[in-house]
Formats: sequence, structure tokens, C-alpha cells
Amino acid sequence: MTHGKLHGTGMNPLTAKERERFDFAVIANWIAAGEHVLDLGCGDGRLLRYLNENKGITGYGVEIDDNSVLGCIRNGIDVIQIDIEGGLSGFEDKSFSHAIISQALQAMHSTERILGEMLRVAGEAIVSFPNFAYRVNREAIAAGHMPVSEDLPYEWYDTPNVRFFTIVDFEALCDKLGIEILERLAFDVFGQPVTDDPNLNGSLAFYRLARKA
Amino acid sequence: MSLKNSVGLVAPQRFCHNAPLTLKGGGCLPSFELVYETYGTLNASRSNAVLVCHALSGSHHVAGIHADNPGNVGWWDNLVGPGKPLDTRKFFVIGVNNLGGCYGSTGPLSLNPETGKRYGADFPLITVEDWVAAQSKLADHLGIDTWAAIIGGSLGGMQAIEWSLQFPERIRHAVAIASAPKLSAQNIAFNEVARQAILSDPEFHGGHYADHGVVPTRGLRLARMIGHITYLSDDQMDEKFGRQLRNGEHSFSFGVDFEIESYLRHQGDKFAGFFDANTYLLTTKALDYFDPAYAYDGNLAAALARAKASFLVASFTTDWRFSPARSREIVFALMHNRRRVAYAEIDCDAGHDSFLLDDPHYHAALRAYLENIKV
Repeated sequence: MTHGKLHGTGMNPLTAKERERFDFAVIANWIAAGEHVLDLGCGDGRLLRYLNENKGITGYGVEIDDNSVLGCIRNGIDVIQIDIEGGLSGFEDKSFSHAIISQALQAMHSTERILGEMLRVAGEAIVSFPNFAYRVNREAIAAGHMPVSEDLPYEWYDTPNVRFFTIVDFEALCDKLGIEILERLAFDVFGQPVTDDPNLNGSLAFYRLARKA
Repeated sequence: MSLKNSVGLVAPQRFCHNAPLTLKGGGCLPSFELVYETYGTLNASRSNAVLVCHALSGSHHVAGIHADNPGNVGWWDNLVGPGKPLDTRKFFVIGVNNLGGCYGSTGPLSLNPETGKRYGADFPLITVEDWVAAQSKLADHLGIDTWAAIIGGSLGGMQAIEWSLQFPERIRHAVAIASAPKLSAQNIAFNEVARQAILSDPEFHGGHYADHGVVPTRGLRLARMIGHITYLSDDQMDEKFGRQLRNGEHSFSFGVDFEIESYLRHQGDKFAGFFDANTYLLTTKALDYFDPAYAYDGNLAAALARAKASFLVASFTTDWRFSPARSREIVFALMHNRRRVAYAEIDCDAGHDSFLLDDPHYHAALRAYLENIKV
């Protein structure tokens, strides 16, 4: 699909910049002022910077990519260059209020380990990911193509994503891993919250997670 | 060498401290001298000073060239200069030869004022803590209350860490590259073999070889050969030398057959020609003893609690002497204390020696970090 107007709705999908701000605002809403947070797959550290500027948080980002690490250093973000596929050994139990993985879980192989580690080192986890079962993605598959959409913007041959999953799939995994879903938000590509069948109508999902008591 | 982006001609300077310095090991130096070089200009607010700490065989000659020996380029010239990652247009950079060194600072080659003869083996054992204490006297002398940054690789990184502990208020940024919070048993083992090579050289004479007019070159040479094996990675050694033959055929003798043998002999000979054996011994001991967590039941996080500096820690994937895991220990101990720390794990095939090279990601990370330091 193109990035223009959708299905005669007269609405424009959020631009990449608006989308980023929107994602950050959703996450910031779940973070209390002054928290100590860990951002996994933190890119060039812009989420941490946003949370620092808007919520006064402290914390660290974790990245493996050289250019992203450089970006963090340039942005004055405390970044730890390690591969989280191997877990978070060395990070102490419950040393963060929140561990965040913002649209990066789908690019990791060791999904279960990472979710488990996030809830070991932090009291709560915040996870956001593109919903593969979003209507537009389903239509692409039905038409015989791998989906390329607002939240899955890559062609199949150059995507960094390695795990393709849906809201329903993710919730089943949480259940299997003994993870409690404290809150879930789903949004369409216009940034509007979706409550009606989010697995079909939600393009991007956000979760606030904790260990089941 | 190309003088492009070079600090150009530099001349060593000398600082005399005419008061006693009590050493951690119990000894006391009635006075001492340090040779140092400076690059760039100290700004009016004295906020742009950066100390570069050297490793085992390094010196105060960090960058540029000397007029009387233009071939002797500073050991970290690829890092320090105008427009280089440690930019001398912004920073006032100081290189210092450590106490106990053999490049002109007070050390085993100096005259012992009590005997009028060279100290030799009577020079007291010096620790990383003592180096830092001596460097602080130089900082006082230069009017530097607070370093913008202290940077070092390997043993130099340990000095940066030690500064953050001994003088938490006097260092804003610590840059520890290819370093470790303490030596492992294997590290100490290699040091001990190197020391034994020197100590068992018949020309060592209990450390008073100078009185006999000889130098334990065979021991020093062996020590350096062992050291060089640990500075390179297995892969890089294979890539650089493999099983290449010096003369194209097997000689079936104990002469030099393989290029790696030739390389090690060359490095050993070169080193034994200028480095002092007593300095080598005491420097390896300083390495062995360094362990800030020792006084905290091995708890590094507790030891680093008093550090206030922001840190950049960097390691190299193929460094097996001070592996990335050792750098991560520092990082996690700082994280425990919620200190500011950035950690770059650099994919470079050159082993421990990588810190002296100019891998693009490595230098880019240093440049980015140093550029953000306010002066």
C-alpha cells in the first residue's frame, strides 16, 4: 500500500515524525516522573532523550548497532553496546522501574528470553510492536504479497524484522510465560485508539506487562 | 610522518615535586620528578585539560615529534592532534611518564639521594594509586583543579578509574579503553612469567645490573615476546604471519623459520634495547596489585560508589588479555551506582593492541564522546 490517504477516509496516516512522537507520548504516559528505565534496542537514544526531557527519567539504552551506538553517544545518551539476544546477564534484578522495548522485539530472535529478562531487571515491561494481523496486512497477504504498511515499512527482502506476530499471538505467549498484561493499547495508522477488534483494526500495539503474582 | 593534523614539534618538560610522597606499599620518596608533554592551550577557566595515561611501555610522548628525533612519533599520535578525536584545538592535553618509569621521571634509573647511586632494585614498588597521587601533584603545579577528562588504554584505563576514586571531584569524565577492574589469574600468570624471565637473567644481579655495567637484555627480550603474544589476537596473528617462512624453506634448526618468530625476536630486541628491566618489573606488579574492590570484599560496585565522573568504557571483541567481559564488569558496577556510563564494544580483529589503532567505529565513538564534553 502507499502512504497516502486510506480507503476514502479523508484522513492522512501519521507521518514518520508524528508517529514517533505519538509512540513516545504513549510510552511516556506509562512512566512516572524521575523513574530509572532501561530501553532495549534504543536506536540513537531519542526515546530516552524524550523521556528525560519530559519525565526527568534516568536510565540506559542498550544497542548492538555501531551507528546507533554512535548516535546515542552524540545525543549524550548512556548506551551499553551489547547483544541482548544473549540475555541481560550483568544487569541486576529489579534495578529499573520499567524496561522498554519499543518496536524492536520483532527484530529479535530470542523473544521469550528477552521478555523474561525484561521482567527480571525491571518491575514492569513496556512493549510495543506492529500488529501483523492488522487489516491492511491481511489484505496484502490475501492479495498474495508480504505486507508493507505504515508500521511494517520494509520489503520482505530488506526487513530487519525476524518475528512476525499479532496481538492475539503475543497475548498467548504472555499467558504461556506467566506474564500479566496490566494494560494494552492499540492504535490505527491515524493514531486513533482502537477498541473494536484490535487484532484486526490495530496497526500498532502497546503493552504494559508484569510478572504474574 | 605526515605533519597533517599533527601537534608538530613538541618538547618534554620537567616537574619537580620537592616534598615527600608516601607510597601505598609503605615506602616513601623524599622527592620526585615527572617528565611530561602538553599539547594545545589551557583555557582561561582551566576547564579543558585532559590527562592521557600510558600503559606498560608507554611514555609522556603521546603525540607529535621531537626535534632531535623526528622518527619518534608519539604513541597515540593517531588520536591526539588538531582535528583528531582528542582535538588539541579544544583540549589542553597532557602526557606524563609515570613514577617508576624509564623515560625521565623518577624511577629505578634515577639517582638515590641517600646513596648517590642509581636506585635499581631499591626503588620502592609503585602502585596505580601512587601514579595517580603523583599525577595529582603535577595537576596542582599546572593549576588544574579539575580534569575535563582522563583517558587511557589498558593500564592507562586503570589510572582513569583510580582518578575517579581517589579524586572524585577532580575528574569530570573517565575514558577507560581495553581496561579491567583487576587482573585475572591468567593475566597475573603472564606477568609472572615475564618477571621470571628478567629475574632469572644472569645479568640481572638482583636488580643492580647498572652497577655492573650490564643489562638483563635476554630477560627483557623474553618478557616482551610473551607480552606481544597476549597483545595480538589468534586470528590477527594468523592473518599477519600464518605459517609464512622467513627464508622459504624449513631449516631444521633452532634458527628463525617462521615469520612470527622473526617478529617476536624483533619486538623483543627492540624493547630490550631501551626499556629498563626494573621498570618492567614494578609496572607489572602495579598491574597485579590494582584491585579497587579488594578493600570492599571484592564488591566492585561498592568500590566505585564514590566515583562521580561520567564514564566512557570501550573494549575490543578480540582482546583476550582484557576481554570485553572485563570492561563490562566496570560498566555494570557503574550502572549499579546509577553513574553515567556509555559502553562501546568494538568489533576489531587486532586484539588488545586495538586501542592503539584507529578502527573507524572506535575513533568515531571517542570523537563523539569527547566532542560532547563542555569546556
